[in-house]
Amino acid sequence: MNVVIEIPNQPRSRKAANWEKYGWLFMRVSGPLLIVLIFTHLIVNLVLGDGIKAIDFAFVAGKWADPFWQVWDLAMLWLALIHGTNGMRTIVNDYAEKEKVRVGLNYTLWIVCALLIVLGTLVIFTFDPCPAGAALELLPSFCPAN
Amino acid sequence: MSQPKIAEVASFQVTLIVRRFDPETDTEPKWVDYDVEMFGTDRVLDALHKIKWEQDGSLTFRRSCAHGVCGSDAMRINGRNRLACKTLIKDLDISQPIYIEPIKGLPVEKDLIVDMNPFYQAYKDVNPFLIASDKPEKERLQSPEDRARYEDTTKCILCAACTTSCPVFWTDGQYFGPAAIVNAHRFIFDSRDEGAQVRIDILNDKEGVWRCRTTFNCTEACPRGIEITKAIAEVKQAILRGKP
Repeated sequence: MNVVIEIPNQPRSRKAANWEKYGWLFMRVSGPLLIVLIFTHLIVNLVLGDGIKAIDFAFVAGKWADPFWQVWDLAMLWLALIHGTNGMRTIVNDYAEKEKVRVGLNYTLWIVCALLIVLGTLVIFTFDPCPAGAALELLPSFCPAN
Repeated sequence: MSQPKIAEVASFQVTLIVRRFDPETDTEPKWVDYDVEMFGTDRVLDALHKIKWEQDGSLTFRRSCAHGVCGSDAMRINGRNRLACKTLIKDLDISQPIYIEPIKGLPVEKDLIVDMNPFYQAYKDVNPFLIASDKPEKERLQSPEDRARYEDTTKCILCAACTTSCPVFWTDGQYFGPAAIVNAHRFIFDSRDEGAQVRIDILNDKEGVWRCRTTFNCTEACPRGIEITKAIAEVKQAILRGKP
């Protein structure tokens, strides 16, 4: 008698290479970094020195005149936005049932994220509290033009 | 000589509310109550038997060994995945009705019976068998330490309590699920096995280990007490290292 032995296993069709491993790793690395970055940011801005009363336009202008705080805020901006967007992406992948909706939402997420990163980065590096040629009454009191 | 009196086992009335579905007559599942008199030594499975044998023979559920080894009677009891044969009724809050539902995330076929095929398919996909190239004349030896490495994950009985307690599995059923990863873990960390790389590649999938959110539902649901979330984390580490 001929016995045909069924192939015990037909592996799941291999899908294209994916970035899930790197996405997961990024979340683990950016998470602890963000805890340090954000809480230091909050303490420096709201607790130390004059506390919450110190915050005004001049305070922010002063911080962004210092390359240290520029890099700090840049790191916070990039890490928080990518971390948050990637988290939203996993939620979309879980709950969007239609493939078109899922892909559409994910594209929207990354476009918004990229836009915010570009705008934020631009502000951090091109911020000038006393732009030359601005109307005098619009300038803050500490500008040399006053 | 008088026989010493043996105290009678206490009995009590208990209400079971069972999620029932008959594909031939129902379009939606419905809750049905049953009152049964049970004893302190009875399990939920005994209550289901009592209903089936004495009240309503159409009640449908799976069970085989009835002793917590075959893994047939996983069901949702009071919102938690358990084996009906390992859950004593007296350990539940019997002042309230006991709710019994089929496990979630797999298609219900009838009453408490679900279609287990998607679950078994994920299991088959991880190659749950020894892959070894040598042809030994006698048994393959292994040190107690090497054996201890994957001891925990050998305990799986494929009851699906873990996979069907996983919120990621509920969303679309595409995720491999904790049980498949546990069984991959059992071979990935077996020193006699040579197929770890294959399984690591399989689980480094969009629907593989990275969908795990470490909610620990699986660990809590496992009737064998396997530390499933830990096993999944170890497989993640193995994938990051590229080797077990």
